[in-house]
Amino acid sequence: MTVTSPPQEPTAPRAVRRPGDRIFSGGAKGAGILILLILAGVTVFLLAESLPALTASAEELPGEGGLVSYVWPLIFGTLLSATIALLVATPLAVGIALFITHYAPRRLAQVLGYVVDLLAAIPSIVYGFWGIAWLAPRLVPFYRWLEENLGFIPLFAGPVSATGRTMLTIGLVLAVMILPIVSAISREVFTQVPTLHTEAALALGATRWEMIRMAVIPYGKSGVIGGAMLGLGRALGETMAVAIILSGSAAGITFALISSANPQTIAANIALQFPESTGLDVNTLIASGLVLFVITLLVNMLARWIVNRRADFSGAN
Amino acid sequence: MSTSIQQRNTGTGPHDAPPERRGDGKLPRWAPWACFAAALALAFLLGALTSSNIVLLVIYTVVLGTIAVYVISRVVEGHRRATDRLVTCLVVTAFGIAMVPLVSLAYEVIRRGAERFDGEFFGASLQGVIGEGGGAYHAIMGTLIITLLTTAISVPIGLMTAIYLVEYGSGRLKRSITFFVDVMTGIPSIVAGLFAYALFVIFFGPGIRLGIMGAVALSVLMIPVVVRSAEEVLKLVPNELREASYALGVPKWRTILKVVIPTAIAGLGTGVTLAIARVIGETAPLLVTVGITNGTNLNPFEGRMATLPVYAFYQLTQPGVPPQNAIDRAWTAALILIMLVMGLNVVARVISRVFAPKTSR
Repeated sequence: MTVTSPPQEPTAPRAVRRPGDRIFSGGAKGAGILILLILAGVTVFLLAESLPALTASAEELPGEGGLVSYVWPLIFGTLLSATIALLVATPLAVGIALFITHYAPRRLAQVLGYVVDLLAAIPSIVYGFWGIAWLAPRLVPFYRWLEENLGFIPLFAGPVSATGRTMLTIGLVLAVMILPIVSAISREVFTQVPTLHTEAALALGATRWEMIRMAVIPYGKSGVIGGAMLGLGRALGETMAVAIILSGSAAGITFALISSANPQTIAANIALQFPESTGLDVNTLIASGLVLFVITLLVNMLARWIVNRRADFSGAN
Repeated sequence: MSTSIQQRNTGTGPHDAPPERRGDGKLPRWAPWACFAAALALAFLLGALTSSNIVLLVIYTVVLGTIAVYVISRVVEGHRRATDRLVTCLVVTAFGIAMVPLVSLAYEVIRRGAERFDGEFFGASLQGVIGEGGGAYHAIMGTLIITLLTTAISVPIGLMTAIYLVEYGSGRLKRSITFFVDVMTGIPSIVAGLFAYALFVIFFGPGIRLGIMGAVALSVLMIPVVVRSAEEVLKLVPNELREASYALGVPKWRTILKVVIPTAIAGLGTGVTLAIARVIGETAPLLVTVGITNGTNLNPFEGRMATLPVYAFYQLTQPGVPPQNAIDRAWTAALILIMLVMGLNVVARVISRVFAPKTSR
């Protein structure tokens, strides 16, 4: 590199754009635009393929009563399972993030972070295997106890599923699956809390919990909310674990979490029905996929907006 | 660093004033452990009286121990310290709960997967296999081919986009690309599969199943991951290096190729490896685009292919008669999947260690 360049190098001002530059920057820009096109393409092609189902009459479609009554229980199942997952995972994830950032010994903290991230690396189908073979059978006695003691609450109404392949099981498995992403984002914002804030709190004689409550939580709140929303998006679209574990039936809309009649989720329904479907059934499934796409898109955009807004805020500090 | 020192001081520092009032004392360091030991003993007693169950034993110990720590601390140290100790117990418990699925999952998959972890599993396909024997050679090869294709599609697009965002981009286009790449990371995998199906149906007619369709579907999932990680890494390259290169009269594109990318190569390698690890276990998009077959098909441009995750799914859910053989094969496939993913994660860490530029801190 120290060799002087040959004299034919142009001495003109730097505004000269070499062909190499033009090709390279064009390629880079093209790749960026291609990504936008892909996202637009997802919408357009899904819409095009679900059009036949949208325009077909109610009798031709699977189920009775047309597209809306076919998709609505699926939407309900999707939202219900994701909500359970979110309710279980968020407090746990915040606890884990606090443990790693503020409680664990410094040397251990990084290793523990890796260990939690391992949960994210496990493929969803393996969670399905684990859920159906390990978790579901072990939950059955617990569900029996729930029905005996809390059966008067509609959520725990019987009859209890004998296999444990219920909505609540799915909610718990999904909670485990979204735990790493929620805790990773919470961890990130918790470590960004200015040391001055925490030290000031401790210097005033606050205990560790008081320091966390007054300095860490207020600073990291919107990050935690954004992380939870991202987790929600993940849980809404989760397919294989639900397809394997949940013994779904056309139960319609029911809040009974531990009985054997459960509504299916959109994603799992597609995975289970698609391989054997032909004709208009395929279009119907794609239409339900489009609904899922729109729901997750809205959730993710909201989540990103919250997270990014926080990033702007912290950048000002 | 300083926080931890402070915390240790507040926790165990000397307490000069003698405890005069109730609620102003100080618990010795071993007190919480003693509480939990007592709780364990009590839980054993309870277990002996009712039913001996390891799960219940642990739950009793944790709950009783936490209550004991809180009550004793409240009596001796006052409610502020007691709340602090209570939260400490809760936070540690939360972490413990998260470890349960990880450990039980690893144990279960290894135990059941080891059953058929033999030479035949890697060497034979399912062609003409009924009942015993058979393997996943076709599925392993299918997964490798489709993953390679996905990488070949995603890495150039993802890398060029990251270069655009870091080196060239500005204004609204950059902002919207950044935003939509973020949004794209949240696309459900099944929707990516449906997209690939809808795309190919237009050209090939309904019912089409091809290996390349699976690669397209996985690319939709992989590209945003590559972009995000590559962008982070390219941003870390010091601006001085670029400026030094420009000062020598090197064109921008050569600067990127010869200075920026070599500096960031370790991080790029890590990012790509992790992105591969993310898509190699994806099942749903392959289920709707590639399908499954029992024979070996190594041509991604013709007909159905078998892939490891889809293979595992069908072996578990449609095992045939007798079921146990197929279920064993499913678990071994799951074990291989986990090994692949974990192996890729380890490789990623090794890359970031070994190839890290010497100037890094």
